[in-house]
Amino acid sequence: MLKIKDLKASVDGKEILKGINLEVKAGEVHAIMGPNGSGKSTLASVLAGRADYEVTGGSVEFLGKNLLDLAPEERAGEGVFLAFQYPVEIPGVSNTNFLKTAVNEIRQYRKQEPLDSVTFLNIMKEKMKLVEIDQALLKRSLNEGFSGGEKKRNEIFQMAMLEPKLSILDETDSGLDIDALRIVANGVNKLKSKETASIVVTHYQRLLDYIVPDFVHVLYNGRIVKSGTKELAFELEEKGYDWIKNEVKAGSAV
Amino acid sequence: MNLTTTEELVKTFNENSKKLSPAQSDVRKDAISAFQKQGFPGRKHEEWKYTNLAPVLGRDYLIEDTTTLNKKDIDGLLLSSMEANHLVFVNGNYNKELSSVNAEEPIVISDLSQAGDINEYLTASSITLNDSLTELNTALANGVVITVKKGKVVNKPIIIHFVGDGRKGNIFANTRNIFILEENAQATFIENYSTIGSNAHFSNNITQIVVKKDAFATYYKIQNDAQSDHVGTTQVYQPEKSNFAATTITLDGGIIRNNLNIRLSSEYSEASMVGLYMVKGNTHIDNHTLVDHAKANCYSNELYKGLLDDKSTGVFNGKIYVRQDAQKTNAFQSNKNILLSKDATMNTKPQLEIFADDVKCSHGATTGMMDEEPLFYLRSRGISEKKAKALLMHAFAADILEYIKLEPLKELLDQTILDRLS
Repeated sequence: MLKIKDLKASVDGKEILKGINLEVKAGEVHAIMGPNGSGKSTLASVLAGRADYEVTGGSVEFLGKNLLDLAPEERAGEGVFLAFQYPVEIPGVSNTNFLKTAVNEIRQYRKQEPLDSVTFLNIMKEKMKLVEIDQALLKRSLNEGFSGGEKKRNEIFQMAMLEPKLSILDETDSGLDIDALRIVANGVNKLKSKETASIVVTHYQRLLDYIVPDFVHVLYNGRIVKSGTKELAFELEEKGYDWIKNEVKAGSAV
Repeated sequence: MNLTTTEELVKTFNENSKKLSPAQSDVRKDAISAFQKQGFPGRKHEEWKYTNLAPVLGRDYLIEDTTTLNKKDIDGLLLSSMEANHLVFVNGNYNKELSSVNAEEPIVISDLSQAGDINEYLTASSITLNDSLTELNTALANGVVITVKKGKVVNKPIIIHFVGDGRKGNIFANTRNIFILEENAQATFIENYSTIGSNAHFSNNITQIVVKKDAFATYYKIQNDAQSDHVGTTQVYQPEKSNFAATTITLDGGIIRNNLNIRLSSEYSEASMVGLYMVKGNTHIDNHTLVDHAKANCYSNELYKGLLDDKSTGVFNGKIYVRQDAQKTNAFQSNKNILLSKDATMNTKPQLEIFADDVKCSHGATTGMMDEEPLFYLRSRGISEKKAKALLMHAFAADILEYIKLEPLKELLDQTILDRLS
């Protein structure tokens, strides 16, 4: 589904990603872990098409298309979804109106008929249950005045509504208490299928108790320095990131 | 008639002055000589630094008013289908035949030139920051005095349509209207500008609103006409505890200058001023506002927001005076602008002069490009850049529309804005 080859990206002239290689197949869940500043969020942002980052090398292929050639809205149309680490508050744009616009824009991209209001509302109700989101939040302006947990839940709700093929969860666990974390993870798990894949970006192993990854990759200093199965996450939790840092140092010393 | 010199205007005045009521003729004569001395304001005038009237003054205007507009001609104008009392002014003059006022409304409409005891509203000192254009208006303008009777509520809004009949040539119109809300009266006024035909319509207007004790006045100024050039002063008097709210919406126009002056001369009065300008092309929109807090315990709140595209230019000048006696004043001001093109310009100047020491006053102004973060967020959800920008612009504008209590007007403006953005 997703093939990242030697991806390099910089921001304000500073290289953050120094050659990422990663392949994600349909049905898989990949966790990307790493210490702060290792480039995890940059990778997520580059995949979603954030303009602040300049791709300086490498390629990203998504379902046979060159993802880097596409505008953010086209990537969404193709089926890429980024759950933001810090969802933006947009006063004056109602959550429901925003979602309806997004759903129908994506449907238009996929050459599907737009949803009428009744069908849209029915789907919305169904998905609301899935992520246990309160209707009151949907009437309000997009993310405005939402608590951290409400914002994250709203991200997963959007994900449910937009039905992406690849979802990238950027530190969705940060700032969540254990109950909120469980609800968010439940939502993600319910949306999982053989046709979809997820990349879960996180600093902590805790989220992976709820969203069980098939593969774990450790990102450090702009490169994936270690890959393994979910046991790697436990090992990281136990030994800490210094273990990786020391290994990398030792490796480069040889 | 060309406006680059004052001669023809003085000649016009001399021809018209025979028709003036003797009571007003001295005031008007003083005004024309004051105008003659000063001429039109140029860019060196401090209050006209960013607004250049030269393109408007250089045009040729019709001298004789030979309009033959009938009801059909004005049917399609903005707001004409709204349930309201419609007062139609053609080329600056009140046209009773085209107007429709519900006879049961508690209002009295009288001709300005025949009104007897209004000299206090005609003299130069009645206008805060009087300039040569207000003098010219005093000398030349026709208009009406609308009085809302004590303790009465006008049910339907009073819409003042300023129509320029630009079928035969360019129109220069001067109108002076005075709205008087007697004690405990309530009314809503809407001023709207439009042009029929393909020529320009330059209006130099003054509206004076007297809000007496416990009265409540709501005032809307709507500008959505590409052919309208306009200099207008809305002068508000709150001599006793009263409420006034102004909303100024500019969606289209040529060169536009809106002055809004409010005098709070008694304790516990409240004034609200909001404005939205959403302009493109070469439109120039200048909002000059002034609130004069003369007495204690008054409240004024001001929010102007602007979206400027293409080569449009904007000016915001917000003066707040808090006099020595005006303790416990609450005065807030904010001006927010988004430049949608690199060729658009905005000049914003908050000007607070505070002489009392126990007050709450704040002001702020921002001008910038559209925020990238919300735009990326919306686009990452599949919404095209154009539509995402439209959503954000609409949200920005809707913030001002929320102040409009008159639902049909709010809906109409909202739809106009949505159509523009789609």
